[in-house]
Amino acid sequence: MKNSDVIIQTATKVVFFIIFLFAIHIFFAGHYTPGGGFVGGLLTASALVLLLLAFDIRTVSKALPFNYTVIIGIGLILALGTASASILFDVPFFTHAYDYFDLPLFGKTSLHSAMLFDLGVYLVVVGATMNIILSIGSDD
Amino acid sequence: MTNLLLFPVLIPFLTAMILLFFPKKITAQRTVTVAGMTLAVIASAVLVSVVLRDGIQAVTLGSWPAPFGITMVSDPLSAVLVLTSNLITLAIVFYSFRSIGESREKHLYYSAMMFMLAGVNGAFTTGDIFNMFVFFEVLLMASYVLIVLGGEKRQLRESIKYILVNIVSSALFVTTVAMLYSVTGTLNMADISAKVSEIGQSGILTVIAVMLILVFGLKGAIFPLYFWLPSSYAAPPVPVLALFGALLTKVGVYAIMRTVTLLFPHDPGFTHELLMILAVLTVVAGCIGALAYYDLKQIVIYNIVIAVGVILFGVAQTNMAGLEGAVFYLIHDMLIKAGLFMLIGVIIAITGTSNLREMGGLMKTYPGLAWTWLIAAFGLAGIPPLSGFFGKLLIVQGAFEADNLWGGIIILASSLIVLLSVIRIFIHAFWGEPKPVKGTSAGVYRGLLIPAVIVTALTVMYGVGTEWLRPLMWNAAEILHQPSMYIDAVLKE
Repeated sequence: MKNSDVIIQTATKVVFFIIFLFAIHIFFAGHYTPGGGFVGGLLTASALVLLLLAFDIRTVSKALPFNYTVIIGIGLILALGTASASILFDVPFFTHAYDYFDLPLFGKTSLHSAMLFDLGVYLVVVGATMNIILSIGSDD
Repeated sequence: MTNLLLFPVLIPFLTAMILLFFPKKITAQRTVTVAGMTLAVIASAVLVSVVLRDGIQAVTLGSWPAPFGITMVSDPLSAVLVLTSNLITLAIVFYSFRSIGESREKHLYYSAMMFMLAGVNGAFTTGDIFNMFVFFEVLLMASYVLIVLGGEKRQLRESIKYILVNIVSSALFVTTVAMLYSVTGTLNMADISAKVSEIGQSGILTVIAVMLILVFGLKGAIFPLYFWLPSSYAAPPVPVLALFGALLTKVGVYAIMRTVTLLFPHDPGFTHELLMILAVLTVVAGCIGALAYYDLKQIVIYNIVIAVGVILFGVAQTNMAGLEGAVFYLIHDMLIKAGLFMLIGVIIAITGTSNLREMGGLMKTYPGLAWTWLIAAFGLAGIPPLSGFFGKLLIVQGAFEADNLWGGIIILASSLIVLLSVIRIFIHAFWGEPKPVKGTSAGVYRGLLIPAVIVTALTVMYGVGTEWLRPLMWNAAEILHQPSMYIDAVLKE
């Protein structure tokens, strides 16, 4: 199905980046406030779905040539790897580590290993959602 | 090692993830799966020895204090169940090489299998009722993939039924857990148990107990909730059937065991009585089904239902003999069902049909298969010294000690029907005039028979080695009998 609605296509080119940046914002906000990997991932996936609606599957997969199953795998390994790091230190599984760093530009920032876990969740959600949408939509 | 008890969950999980990266390379898929499963078997064997030596192992995730974080607990019962599941899955992986077919192998068959095993092991290991729900979902999601993979018409029809039943029971499960949380204010199973014995098992808690029995009964196929099981299990190919038959219903049975012994042991006059009646009805219904069919798969599937009834009958006796018998019989049944399903897979591969009326005289051409089947059949029925004998002996002893004469007699009589149902397969398939069969290549025959023989040999060893296994099983039953041991192990830290 080829969509050639100029208004939707032009708007999407801008709106896609707004949604995507907002998704990243929500993702980082998730540590102390509502948000996190799951919501961030869903928002990102919805931005991608908007692209699919405005253009078509072939154009989008040429622009973003990802194998979404592999993205699920990477996300899972990232999440499991973060949680499993605790095994090396012989503390209970899922114990996370954090510390405060003085970063240029950001100033005093607290960095958490739990963020990596959340990044894994983010990738799994994007991968799974896109897999579902593509396998439903790619029959035509 | 603090985290040792998590390894049997994590290793299959990691294996499943790695397998996602190269779905089309069959040799690599097989190699990675076998390597992962071997590691998982070793880890769970180490875990069993550690649990035997040092007592119950518990770890609360994320370094939270015990009742607040998610606790994973490995007592002898769950450690042995995890070891058995891993052994069976390893055997079924080998069995799959020659039977599942390349197209399924290329569509993440092994990955789904490993995800399911991670869920099964997790459900056996967890000490948190909500976390148990999560692991149930993990294993169910993976089982949805396995039941529909291949997309035959029959599979699609049955998978809709299967998914619908499981979604309903999962919804009920979450509702029940929410009710339980609103009454006790905790999700940690040891903590729930301690709180329930403090505040007493009031009416609402008994209602929750019955709801949990129904939820797990739907997954574990007790009467009258087993209606979905026979046709759904018969739809996927034999290796998947073997995996489901050996592991999935047993997770439900294990959950019922924990519910009635650990969480709600205070009102046996109601909950245990109900469980016993349901168990006896399950046995009777299973017996009728096992005799009614001329289909190999259906006969063995109905034997799952019978075994679930027998195990739960043992649990409902609330005495040491009954519980120990239930534990013995649970492990026996996992092994023997895997063996039986793998053997009927061989018969179906040779004859090309699962209808008993269309086969006969295989004894002359395939004597090895025939004798293995006979041994497995005797083991299932419980002829000493094979594996089914001792568990059933203890269950019946428990029933007589608890003055449940009729129940005990029905369990004994059901053994005869079990024997009849599987010997009927022997008579029709192996005796009589040889009928023209499709036949199969020697390589496929060996590739299928060897894993099946290994599992059958395991059951024989399990039966003959009863004396050596006794301390382990006694230990497992003692913890079921005295929940305070479990509670102390979890909450002491």
